[in-house]
Amino acid sequence: MSTQSASTSDFIKNLGKMYGVYTGGFIGFVIFLAILEQVGVPNKILGYLFVFFTLAVYAIIGVMTRTAQVSEYYVAGRRVPAFYNGMATGADWMSAASFVGMAGTLFLLGYDGLAWVLGWTGGFVLVSILIGPYLRKFGAYTVPDFMAFRFGGNFARGIAVVVLVCCSFTYVTAQIFGTGLIASRFLGMQFELAVFAGLVGILLCAMLGGMRAVTWTQIAQYVVLIIAYLVPIIILSTKQYGIPIPQLTYGNAIAEITAREGAMLASGLATAGNLKPHIAPFITYSPLNFFGIVVCMMVGTASLPHILMRYFTTPSVREARQSVAWSLLFIFLLYFSAPAYAAFSKLEVYTNIIGRDLTQVRPWMFTWGELGLIQICGKNAASIDAIVAACKAIAGHPGVVRLQDFVINTDVIVLSTPEIAGLPYVISGLVAAGGLAAALSTADGLLLAIANALSHDVYYKMIDPNAPTIRRLLVARILLLLVAVAAAATAATRPGDILAMVGWAFSLAMAGNFPALIMGVWWKRTTATGAICGMLAGFGLCLFYLVTTRYFPGFGVQYAGMSSLLNPVTGAPLVNIATAMAAPNAMDGWVTLAHPLANKVGWFNLNNIACGLLGAPLGFLVIYVVSLMGKEPSKEMQAYVDEIRKARGRTVLEEKT
Amino acid sequence: MFMHLGAWFFFGYVIHFFVVPLNAITIPILQFPLGFYMAAQGSLIAFVVMLFMFAKQQDKIDREFGMAEDD
Repeated sequence: MSTQSASTSDFIKNLGKMYGVYTGGFIGFVIFLAILEQVGVPNKILGYLFVFFTLAVYAIIGVMTRTAQVSEYYVAGRRVPAFYNGMATGADWMSAASFVGMAGTLFLLGYDGLAWVLGWTGGFVLVSILIGPYLRKFGAYTVPDFMAFRFGGNFARGIAVVVLVCCSFTYVTAQIFGTGLIASRFLGMQFELAVFAGLVGILLCAMLGGMRAVTWTQIAQYVVLIIAYLVPIIILSTKQYGIPIPQLTYGNAIAEITAREGAMLASGLATAGNLKPHIAPFITYSPLNFFGIVVCMMVGTASLPHILMRYFTTPSVREARQSVAWSLLFIFLLYFSAPAYAAFSKLEVYTNIIGRDLTQVRPWMFTWGELGLIQICGKNAASIDAIVAACKAIAGHPGVVRLQDFVINTDVIVLSTPEIAGLPYVISGLVAAGGLAAALSTADGLLLAIANALSHDVYYKMIDPNAPTIRRLLVARILLLLVAVAAAATAATRPGDILAMVGWAFSLAMAGNFPALIMGVWWKRTTATGAICGMLAGFGLCLFYLVTTRYFPGFGVQYAGMSSLLNPVTGAPLVNIATAMAAPNAMDGWVTLAHPLANKVGWFNLNNIACGLLGAPLGFLVIYVVSLMGKEPSKEMQAYVDEIRKARGRTVLEEKT
Repeated sequence: MFMHLGAWFFFGYVIHFFVVPLNAITIPILQFPLGFYMAAQGSLIAFVVMLFMFAKQQDKIDREFGMAEDD
């Protein structure tokens, strides 16, 4: 035992050196590939080298740090220093949606897109002040562990597991979907095949070593993803403004965009109806929905089990707090660059595509047009001939690209920036590797959260409390495999609104977990019955609102008194309820997105992504009222709650390993 | 702690209620409209700084009252 702990502390001491060498090695690898490209190695081979090299490194780290100890498997032995845990949390947190999708959303929505940037950063303040360090002091392996201990037993544990699985599963599906998308685009693999190839990469890390392996891989993935995100935009900024700090220079781009927007309106290239001024607020979301999304994303962050469980791995409560700060710093690096991506891309589109003669548009867009990701005049912009033919078919087309002719898939914004800037292919490959790292790292964390909840909470705590260590870890691994395959199979069917579902995960986590966590830590009087009722009520209401507005809108209007959401600018209803309800398909269930009422009805003009805004207050209220009605919790329990709030001393819950 | 939650609320919400008037102000040299800048960068910087301060202050309080963990 002593030799083992000695070697571990050596390991921790050498972390800086190891990851320094690793980062240097990665940069060297990129330079090496750049040289290969100059020599004339084809792009496709470069793409494969990138993907396989990075995957191989993650897999090697995963295999090297494999473990057979329970506390290593679940919480990395609680030895991860704050700085590195921050980095791992950053990678855990930043998903394919952050890496690829966020800049695209900002491109489309302008100011309103910043609701996501704000929501996804501000939440860490809540984690640090209200929850994270206290759960660390409590000493649980999983979030349901805490619920079970504080709220008397397996019923609360069961509900917490349901909440956890509901929010994590949709989220992990989206990540695997993202891996498939990137791999298929850069490697030319078939999408379904790419999904399962990505799966292998994920499993290699998470299966063998649990939390321990995932932690050290996520740090490696963070390094790749942040380099990949910043390099293209820094080069672009240097080229255009001579200063390599895009976060400062994109103010100029925004000023130019605003000027250009005015010019486009004046020359008839855009109409007031289809142009969304980049800096004008509340065009897509009404103020209520804008702040609703900010609240739900922030509070959701503070309730997502796969994030909270990262703070179980630090050596002390103090380090848990510091580690939240580091996490946010590392996340911030990416998030405050995303608006720069959006601004530079928009400027490029507004100056070099919109208003250009059809035969003069820039060729970088054709590779994306071929994939159907950029359309001009309603057809894929695959070549000049194709767009000329498409636009000729429109009566009265002026022969220059107008704003309404141009449609771009939001995923293209980040991925195409290297091409817009005229950079060599190696940078595109780098971006693809970064996106892959983002998707893989989040998927690892989520899968681990689900599998741990199922193996530790359901199997060990509820089904077979006498299971020996070996069997517990074996069950954990088998469940991990099953969950991963199920998620990949779901992703391979290409579900339509997968990205919206990620937003739902936050609201569900907020409604289900947040009231019980907060009240459990901060109000000693909270009783088990109160918490259970509160979780059920909050989660139930949120889930009901989501499912009804998305899948059963007709029923919502008929029986639940829902009305149409309003257009944020004009205040007019989005759909005419009377007409839509008279249509024969009005009362259909499980409707598709094309249904006239889907996602367009609700209470108080509240978007269904922000349903946590309904669920969480109800949860708090129910917990409060029911707790007051019941008997005060035992003196013993109240003493435990006091104990959680003190940094000093042993953890409350001692696990046998 | 309540100071920090207050600051969080201010930078997370209150300042963005005033985005329209703030957008009328342009930051010199950088050319950002102030309302947009606060949502894109200003608030985020505030969050990061706050968290490092919170970790430090809370640790100090813990030590003062003898509740801190041993180093």
